[in-house]
Amino acid sequence: MYSVLLILIPLLGGVVSFFIKSERSARINSLFTSLLSLGVVLAGLLFYREDKYWIHDGAWLSVFNSSFSLKADGLSKIFILLNALAYVLLFVSGWKVTYHNINRFYGLFLLTQAGMTGTFLAYDALLFYFFWELALIPMYFLCSQWGGPRRISVTLKFFIYTFAGSVLMLVSILYLYSKTSGMSFSFQEFADTRLQPARQIWLFWLFFIGLAIKMPVFPLHTWQPDTYEQSPYPGTAVLSAVMAKMGLFGLLRWLFHVLPIASFQWADFITPLALSGAIYASLLAFRQDDLKRFAAYSSMAHMGLLCAASFAQNLMGFQGVMLQAFNHGINILGLWIIVEIIERKTGTRKMSELGGLSQKAPALSVFLMVIALANIALPLTNSFPGEFLMISGIFTTLSKYNVWFTVLAGLGIILGAVYMLNMIRKVFFGEEKESVFAVTDISWNEKTALGIIVGIILVLGVYPQLLLQETSATAGAINEKFEIVRKAVLEQLLK
Amino acid sequence: MNVLFLSAVWGVMMMFTGFLVKCKTKVRYIALTGMLLLVAASVADFAGFSVFNIKAPHMLFFDRFSLLFMIIVTATVLIYFLLSSRDMEKVGNYYSEYFALIFFVICGMGLISSFQSLLILFLGIEIISIPLYILAGTEKKNLKSNEAALKYFLMGAFSTGIMLLGITFLYGATGTFSTVFKLGPDTPPSALMIVGMLLLFFSMAFKASLVPFHFWTPDVYDGTPSVFTSFMATIVKAAVFIAFLKLFEESFGALHTKWQWIAAVITAATLIVGNITAVFQQSVKRMLAYSSIAQAGFMMLAVFALNTDGKEGLLLYAVAYSLATIGIFAVLAKMNDYTYSGFNGLARYEPLIAFSVTVFLLSLAGIPLTAGFLSKFYMLKAAMINGSGLWLIILAILMACVSIYYYFRVIQAMYFKEPELPQFSAHPSFRLGLIAVSALLILFGIFPNWILNWLYF
Repeated sequence: MYSVLLILIPLLGGVVSFFIKSERSARINSLFTSLLSLGVVLAGLLFYREDKYWIHDGAWLSVFNSSFSLKADGLSKIFILLNALAYVLLFVSGWKVTYHNINRFYGLFLLTQAGMTGTFLAYDALLFYFFWELALIPMYFLCSQWGGPRRISVTLKFFIYTFAGSVLMLVSILYLYSKTSGMSFSFQEFADTRLQPARQIWLFWLFFIGLAIKMPVFPLHTWQPDTYEQSPYPGTAVLSAVMAKMGLFGLLRWLFHVLPIASFQWADFITPLALSGAIYASLLAFRQDDLKRFAAYSSMAHMGLLCAASFAQNLMGFQGVMLQAFNHGINILGLWIIVEIIERKTGTRKMSELGGLSQKAPALSVFLMVIALANIALPLTNSFPGEFLMISGIFTTLSKYNVWFTVLAGLGIILGAVYMLNMIRKVFFGEEKESVFAVTDISWNEKTALGIIVGIILVLGVYPQLLLQETSATAGAINEKFEIVRKAVLEQLLK
Repeated sequence: MNVLFLSAVWGVMMMFTGFLVKCKTKVRYIALTGMLLLVAASVADFAGFSVFNIKAPHMLFFDRFSLLFMIIVTATVLIYFLLSSRDMEKVGNYYSEYFALIFFVICGMGLISSFQSLLILFLGIEIISIPLYILAGTEKKNLKSNEAALKYFLMGAFSTGIMLLGITFLYGATGTFSTVFKLGPDTPPSALMIVGMLLLFFSMAFKASLVPFHFWTPDVYDGTPSVFTSFMATIVKAAVFIAFLKLFEESFGALHTKWQWIAAVITAATLIVGNITAVFQQSVKRMLAYSSIAQAGFMMLAVFALNTDGKEGLLLYAVAYSLATIGIFAVLAKMNDYTYSGFNGLARYEPLIAFSVTVFLLSLAGIPLTAGFLSKFYMLKAAMINGSGLWLIILAILMACVSIYYYFRVIQAMYFKEPELPQFSAHPSFRLGLIAVSALLILFGIFPNWILNWLYF
């Protein structure tokens, strides 16, 4: 029942929001809804830890043997926490920003949250697909109604791209369904299918393409920079902080459990693809003048690393990915909030027109500095333990190219420092340009939101165990699956 | 049986109403009453209560499937009447005749969903087609409407001829008009039979506007007055598919492996041509014509798969597709400008109508949470269980992605573009009706168990 509540709160809040007339009530409604769902998540994490609270099994589509079954494991829990946290932070930091028809804006926004929460909880393949799309549809309307000048064509491309990916995933799900012993969509039956390796391969690709588009992984990323640039800031922030994680979540929870052999076999192909994508995105980020595109490419680079580390397929890698997925969400959220503030205050987001902002807005600069250092994964910030685990995961993978993969991943991280520090130099230091003359420092609500982010960065940097203790069981379960596969493959090699 | 008689009788009655009743509102109410009675009659049929219980062995037999389909037909036509019957007044002076023709078509649909003999199939197809030829040409002063009627008539007559030839060949091969005939278990089917089957296949493909027999469709749908296009492109098309499926399941099910690849090729061609051509249309009406070809490609998957999933799915598809298309056409019929820009900014001055049109379009595109998704899902599942059509499934879903492009252009126009001159006047009941239909589509999409349990119980 608890898990149903997590979906219902934002769903109802979103629907209610459409009928609110006054702007202030719409804001209060959405802030209240997001605080409520954060409170419920935190209460669940702290007090109601037993599985019975997090599992729900209801009737839904009995003719297809598909049920409304939800279950949260450690991975779902931290993603749901990230989701709830992101919404609260965005509502707080955007308390004074106005949009036309704000009630509808926030309504669609909350519906997206319901969809994403459902995706993280679904324990039934068809339900997973339903929520996956439910998250996408409001996002499409959100971005194409409130975005930048090129929004209409760009968001349509985004929609068709991701829809194509998800229906390919649906074909894979349907095929697996026809191969389950009891013709059912339940997770357990899916995980027990144990198909022949040859048959797993193309199923794996159908499934993986859907996930890879969402993350996005090179070369399926072409929708991403445009969409991030043209969407309104809260939309972009949620797209990169939470929605991109849906792809990662599908990888860890569904693909690796259901098709482990093919995942294992193709790791050597996908890892270099993801890593070269990360390096490519870092180089592009370095060359960007537009802050939004800069943050978009930076996000893509980090997602590439996360994908590569998941395909390392060992305990350390999984632990690192789960930790870092949360941390990246928090960091990129902070970056988006700051970019939004800069554009609102200066009227431009071109780095060439900005400069010397630190003189005018010292508090903002401090926050940005911490968030940027966290993005670079400096020790004592949250990303350091995550990326450290990821890199050591990649290094200890069974692949014979593990050293090369590690070098590439390291290169990606170094390039991350290069573009991030370059951005800080251009925007915050140097001589003051015309656009920053009238800038004032940030207000209380923005300070609160950024303060919370910085707090999380520091706490998790010093004590990552807080998250690791949640995810360790889940990471262990996935690793066990691969332990069996590895053993089988080794045996075959010895024969 | 109730429906068959009642629709024929009420059709004749509507013809005479034209002489007796001059007030158009009264005519409409008489037609609506008839339709309500038909719905009641079909439900009564389904419940096993039949007033005209005439035995016609080896000619007609209403099984569960066809009875259910008749409920769907009558209920959809009722909704169609409620939404569009006001707009029929604008077409011409013979208001009551239009209703009469539609009642006759319903009678034909009763025949082709329950035939046991090829002759009844032929009769049913003709009873459907001839009123439609007339409906296509009802706008007498409009050249395009005349063209549509003539084109439809010539092409339709030609395909009926082919069908008759096929039936003759089959009679020669089997010595019976019955759809159920014995095939020797080991003896290969004779050449006469194969030719007859192919001729029947092609003539049905013609009626269902499958590629490459679709050339009449865009012009006819475009030229016909919008209120009637909506009827032709939805319920009639679904009925043709029901007949198609029934014929090829009962008569040629044993030869399934022999004709399956033809069905696969035709399905693939229909999906590709329908969707790709729809992308390039500038008029929403023509786009919907091509989209109806594309949707026919999806329905064809049921014939391709030929299993129970496909059969049940086709019923669901008929509901989802018909309701959504009827809704869009009802709005379109009220517009003066059929291009995409005619929809510009509709959401500003008619938010409820824009919302329901959005639901219809999402349903047509097969987005989850709508009935359209579920029906497409059913088709894919049927093809998946059939086992030999994986490439076809992948092609179908890629084409579904293409379809998003042209469906969403309407949504973009309604929501993201500035309105031009508001040119739209709607009765409040019209808005209510549209909202009810879209709510129905969403309900089927979220809780499909309601309708599906009904199918199974």
